[in-house]
Amino acid sequence: MNKARRSLPTLFAAHGILLAYTVLSVFPVVLIIINSFKSRRAIFGDPMGLPIGEGVFDLVGYQTVLQNADFFGYFANSLIVTLGALLFVLVAGSMAAFALAEYRFRMNTLMALYLALGIMIPIRLGTIGILELVVNLGLINTLWALILVYTAQGLPLTIFILSEFMRTVSKELKDAARVDGLSEYRIYFQLALPLVRPAIATVAVFTMIPIWNDLWFPLILAPGEETKTITLGAQQFIGQFETNWNAILAALTLAIVPVLVLYAIFSRQLVRGITSGAVKG
Amino acid sequence: MSTPHRRPFRFHIIVFLAPATIVYTLFMIWPLADTLRLSFFDANSDGVRSFVGTENYETLFGDERWSSQFWNAFVNNFILFAIHMVVQNPIGILLAALLSMPALRLRNTYRTLLFMPTLLSVVIIGFVWQLILSPIWGVSSSILDAIGLGSLFAPWLGLESSALITLSLISVWQYVGIPMLLIYAALLAIPDELIDAAHVDGTSGWNIFWKIKLPLILPTIGVISILTFVGNFNAFDLIYAVKGALAGPNFSTDILGTFLYRTFFGQQLQLGDRYMGATVATMMFLIILTGVCLYLFVIQRRIQRYEL
Repeated sequence: MNKARRSLPTLFAAHGILLAYTVLSVFPVVLIIINSFKSRRAIFGDPMGLPIGEGVFDLVGYQTVLQNADFFGYFANSLIVTLGALLFVLVAGSMAAFALAEYRFRMNTLMALYLALGIMIPIRLGTIGILELVVNLGLINTLWALILVYTAQGLPLTIFILSEFMRTVSKELKDAARVDGLSEYRIYFQLALPLVRPAIATVAVFTMIPIWNDLWFPLILAPGEETKTITLGAQQFIGQFETNWNAILAALTLAIVPVLVLYAIFSRQLVRGITSGAVKG
Repeated sequence: MSTPHRRPFRFHIIVFLAPATIVYTLFMIWPLADTLRLSFFDANSDGVRSFVGTENYETLFGDERWSSQFWNAFVNNFILFAIHMVVQNPIGILLAALLSMPALRLRNTYRTLLFMPTLLSVVIIGFVWQLILSPIWGVSSSILDAIGLGSLFAPWLGLESSALITLSLISVWQYVGIPMLLIYAALLAIPDELIDAAHVDGTSGWNIFWKIKLPLILPTIGVISILTFVGNFNAFDLIYAVKGALAGPNFSTDILGTFLYRTFFGQQLQLGDRYMGATVATMMFLIILTGVCLYLFVIQRRIQRYEL
């Protein structure tokens, strides 16, 4: 009782700081989105106002963007690359994690270490070798190049995290399945995989965000109009329309909103994933 | 082998490991090794490749035109990292400490909104702040005016003296969510009994944080520091999006990532050079490796861990 009363001012101050910082986090993004729906005059005349009313609300920015750049195409490319790489990372990563967690074999530790190297060493440092390889394979300016590179990028952390979780799957359960004559493949697929589903969701989010947001590899491996991802497309569009504020604001909004919608849907899983293991029993 | 019955060869282990190992080796380890190898080669005007030993490194460190650019990028990169360490991580700790207060309401709402910028592309964030800080739009000068600090406004991103600091702070603004959530998780893992016992002993809230909680979250702070280090010495997107490959004004925002890009792909006055690019990439590799080893073998071992 006494303790609660004493902490009231502290709590008040905590809300003050958190609220102020939340405003600082959200305000810039909100400002861009509301101004993207305004006329040029209103953008400069009243940047803080809402896009309502005659002479203020204007979709000219979106018209410019959609006429001059294939944003839906860029969006589709980003989606194909991200989901493609994600699928490969999760399938190949969970299989490797299962093998490392389940079986004792010579080289197990060495293999685990080898596959973990990429957690600390950024894949970008191998760009010159990657470009050479991609050219030799004839994959330059294809989405496959991006999918394969991002798969390699996502695997180390995925294998590391999933093998930790795979170790927690009950041994009795697996041995019972073996006695029943289930093959190792079915034990992986029907037993282990469903049991680590929460961890897979977490890994999926961690894998997706850097892929969706990356500029470096799209710029180097797939800069063609047909294969541009949304991050690269937005970056180049803004470079071309440097003085057209309506178009820039609209392009930024088009790149931001899909991510915000996904975040609104998945934020619980995401935040819970990062803080997982910290739940008090 | 003296084992009484040898196990049959377990083919499924290879099946499970093969896909990941092949893709990872082909697209990550092999190109990385190839890049390190190429740093010892050069090509003549006909494009014939030949081994040149450490010649590229001698050029990088011996030739004034190269070495001045390299050290400039290195120092800028270090400033970027230092600003993250002294601004981003303390703010992250503060926000995490506030979020973990037991009686706090709206915790999830704060957490969700505070983490939001981290999800967006660095490129997009760069442009967003470029517009907001632009003197043409005048949003930030009018905000500063409103709180009576209007005279402080300057085109920070355009000035040689402040461009790098401004870009670093934009990056801090974006990524503060990561240390916040990781430390928040570490704080939640501290058992209630420990804190209750300290309360019973009459320890003040401030002391509880400094003497009990902070030592317990030190390992997490260590992990965050090395993540920050690797992330910063590998950064590129923000500078490239806001300042282009030339990292202006007058290379004042040039970091190793943009220097590598320029070296590899060339710029207006200079052709791209993949062998010098490989040399720069190898230097970045060594810098990051040094940091990671320092963390793994020195810092991580010194940090005291407490069994909870």
